[in-house]
Amino acid sequence: MNYTAVAGTNKKHEITLYALSTCGWCRKTKELLDSQQVEYRYVHVDQCQGDERTEASAKVRELNPRGSYPTLQIDNEVVVGFDEERILELIQ
Amino acid sequence: MNSPNEQFPPEVVKLYERLNREAKEGGYNLNPDREFTLRLVEALKTNEKRYGYQACPCRLAFGEKQKDLDIICPCDYRDPDLDQYGTCYCSLYVSEDWIAGKLPHKSIPERRPEKLMSEGYSTTHSTTRPLDRSTASLSYPVWRCKVCGYLCARDEAPGVCPVCKAKKDRFERFL
Repeated sequence: MNYTAVAGTNKKHEITLYALSTCGWCRKTKELLDSQQVEYRYVHVDQCQGDERTEASAKVRELNPRGSYPTLQIDNEVVVGFDEERILELIQ
Repeated sequence: MNSPNEQFPPEVVKLYERLNREAKEGGYNLNPDREFTLRLVEALKTNEKRYGYQACPCRLAFGEKQKDLDIICPCDYRDPDLDQYGTCYCSLYVSEDWIAGKLPHKSIPERRPEKLMSEGYSTTHSTTRPLDRSTASLSYPVWRCKVCGYLCARDEAPGVCPVCKAKKDRFERFL
């Protein structure tokens, strides 16, 4: 899978965001991570094609059985939807 | 100062204006955060170009119309989500209470049934509702718009819902 890496000064956590490029809540999640200067990587699943799309959506389902977006993995925790409080708590 | 419209293509602004007008006429509200909403409308255009229909921007479309029929915007889940949370899944459509700040401005749980999330929608399980004896004597079948709940009694569902403009394929046999 092709992840896009985002640099940040907070490198304490391993963070992966599974998002849709068209989704407003996914964008808000990215903006929150950016504003907090955390290092993370993301994939826009709707922009993936063929096998990559299948692989990405299977990965999302593994983390979040509903298969909804955004799905955010912070170390061993999974945050579904734009949950600002929970994200801020986990990235401290 | 730049107007927020300027960063969006004219076709997006035009669609935004049409949706805004239709929402108001139908008793709905688009999200008053104009930039957030224009981005969602732009996403509807993006999905229209990708898939041939305006699939929900906040859900991963299958790319086959029959599988995505329930998540073509406005989706089948807009009204129950507005009733329960004051916002649709994307926060494109919101209620008066939501606008007034009486309800939280955050993302809401996915209502689309899990089976449809993994396998997609299929018209077969919604249009073949078994008809019971009490409705067998009706002189016309009754069709229900799954987007807005409009009902009509006629031989076939209308081509376009006269209330919300949803297409014929969003109707189900109700009685």
